[in-house]
Amino acid sequence: MTDGKHTLSVLVENKPGVLARIAALFSRRSFNIESLAVGPTEHSEISRMTIVVNVEDTPLEQVTKQLNKLVEVIKIVELEPEASVQRELLLVKVGASAETRSHVLDAVQLFKAKVVDVATDAVTIQVIGNAGKLADFLRVVEPFGIRELVQSGMVGIGRGPRSISERSLRPVVTPAPPAVG
Amino acid sequence: MSEQTVTGAQSLVKSLEAAGVENIFGIPGGAILPAYDPLMDSTIRHILVRHEQGAGHAAEGYAAATGKVGVCMATSGPGATNLVTPIADAFMDSVPMVAITGQVSAALIGTDAFQEADIRGITMPVTKHNFLVTDAAEIPQRIAEAFHLAATGRPGPVLVDIAKNALQADTRFRWPSELQLPGYRPVTKPHAKQIREAARLMLASKRPVLYVGGGTIRSGAYRELRRLAELTGIPVVTTLMARGAFPDSHPQHLGMPGMHGTVAAVAGLQKSDLIISLGARFDDRVTGDLKSFAPGAAVIHADIDPAEIGKNRYTDVPIVGDIREVVTDLITVLEAEQGAGRVGDYEGWVAFCAGIKKRYPLGYDAPASGTAPQYVIERLGKIAGPEAVYVAGVGQHQMWAAQFIGYEHPHTWLNSGGAGTMGYSVPAAMGAKVGRPDATVWSIDGDGCFQMTNQELATCAIENIPIKVAVINNDNLGMVRQWQTLFYNERYSNTNLQKHGGGAGTVRRIPDFPKLAEAYGCVGLSCESPEDVDATIEKAMAINDVPVVVDFRVHKDAMVWPMVAGGASNDEIQYARDLAPKFDEDDL
Repeated sequence: MTDGKHTLSVLVENKPGVLARIAALFSRRSFNIESLAVGPTEHSEISRMTIVVNVEDTPLEQVTKQLNKLVEVIKIVELEPEASVQRELLLVKVGASAETRSHVLDAVQLFKAKVVDVATDAVTIQVIGNAGKLADFLRVVEPFGIRELVQSGMVGIGRGPRSISERSLRPVVTPAPPAVG
Repeated sequence: MSEQTVTGAQSLVKSLEAAGVENIFGIPGGAILPAYDPLMDSTIRHILVRHEQGAGHAAEGYAAATGKVGVCMATSGPGATNLVTPIADAFMDSVPMVAITGQVSAALIGTDAFQEADIRGITMPVTKHNFLVTDAAEIPQRIAEAFHLAATGRPGPVLVDIAKNALQADTRFRWPSELQLPGYRPVTKPHAKQIREAARLMLASKRPVLYVGGGTIRSGAYRELRRLAELTGIPVVTTLMARGAFPDSHPQHLGMPGMHGTVAAVAGLQKSDLIISLGARFDDRVTGDLKSFAPGAAVIHADIDPAEIGKNRYTDVPIVGDIREVVTDLITVLEAEQGAGRVGDYEGWVAFCAGIKKRYPLGYDAPASGTAPQYVIERLGKIAGPEAVYVAGVGQHQMWAAQFIGYEHPHTWLNSGGAGTMGYSVPAAMGAKVGRPDATVWSIDGDGCFQMTNQELATCAIENIPIKVAVINNDNLGMVRQWQTLFYNERYSNTNLQKHGGGAGTVRRIPDFPKLAEAYGCVGLSCESPEDVDATIEKAMAINDVPVVVDFRVHKDAMVWPMVAGGASNDEIQYARDLAPKFDEDDL
């Protein structure tokens, strides 16, 4: 892993308050979140969170163990860069005068990005890729002036045919203790 | 069970009965009011307390004394927020507890309604789990799940917040056959390979120690622990939360480790080459400065909570499992090894530990005048005996109660260890007595702590819960005063609880504890000199129809020793001011 960053894919019960619970855990244990993205999965009762955590100060093992303690967390998988596809969305407003516009559009072409908005002296560009590609793009367009930018946070999925939710959804039947009296 | 149409409130009460609840401590209010009506006809005994904090600590004391899940109930808003301290306390000490709170109707949630508080959000960091119920049909499911979560795996507090509309709606009561907790699968059976590896390390070591923590009591593993200790001959230390898990009278017992532990226990851990941790968590009060804690020791860490293993100290052999099962499996393997002629060789080590224990016993100086608080507590322990239940507050008296009473059985020592909540003692003693009505229950409280929750004496007097309270009264916040003596040049900022100045002669104490006790319907006694201690205790022991409060006036400059200063290394233990033990390495 480069510079202590790890990407965790976490399956959680799709219930109100789960996001707050996870964020509160990270806050009180002083775990360092770089980004957090959450959304539905192919199963309606389960949501998926992709969390990029910086583990310079806390071992990753402690982060995953504390997450696992939360009752609504079903499964945690680490997405290693070589074994997963990781993508982030970037929308950036770059200065583009009559002289510089073609250079900006060259960059867009090179990075297979898209222009989604045009104004007289700026363009808004959409870039999708892993963190490295986005960082490279920003470095390239920086000389033209970055007016505004927004990033979505990482989402990732493992390579290959298997699903991480496969085995988690085998029904786990915990019988209730019989009623007393 | 056939389905019947009931209100949500009735469904709640039926669910609590189905979960086996016998006692609830609580106070009604607007949001929870519908639940109190069917409660009146229930087999469950509800005890009306005087402050919700008292209800929470009573539920804790009940759970700690019996091993069952303690239950408390409060209304929304301030009723619920008054439960936060005992919930946080239960969370730190892994106490199985269910707290039920009323909540405003679902339609009003988020509108700053009367007595509305987001108790689910507030208690998220200090509960094992919590639920907000807005649909009456879910009540039995959530209650069943709450009790399961509270009592299994690593026990802890679970809060169920029920909106008023759910209590008032019509529903069908159906006790669930299955729990819906896909993310909760505690591992209780230890891995055989880890057990074998642990046994191998134990046989190969020369200076092993059994470091026994509160998890051993929660797991009910005291018989197995004794068998393991006697089978191997390994010395034992019991933490503040585990006092009573192993008999204090047993020759292998080195005492309590940690900041105010015995020299033998602290040295035993520091000099060991193998620490076998059973249901303990390497808390900072035990380890002192982590970098220099037990530098030569390999660690076997057995715990039901995998997150504790390796959290503070590198673990050579991690074992996830219920302590009772872990110790049972260890015994099986070690007995087989013994049958094949393989045993550990700890003779020199056992002799070294016994030597330290003999050379540096616990002790205290009698003051020039007045009564030593340690003497009061020592005599109480001797007269009331190891069958009684002792419930302490927090501070100097708590440490002396852990040190100078000989505990022989589990569930006879209750205190607030992780959170250190002053005011725990009286309500927790109340809960303990409700759970074990045939036991003599002594609250040992400080005068500072006592003033925080003594309103529950009224509850005890009215509800026939005859606890006994020993107020170790030094007029001060003793533990803070001790630190001010040692580290702040005796500058006693805000630790004197009594009136300043005034003329010489009679001291007017505010409050007058015996008078206060009488006002609360209890017998109030006072004891001013060491000669009267025994007789006063005997007198209190003879009164069993009402609660008794004894105001033991003690000398205010008594200190808790031994001590490892906060953040210091355990090597720097002092058994008296500026006096450190000398360990001769040749003795090993």
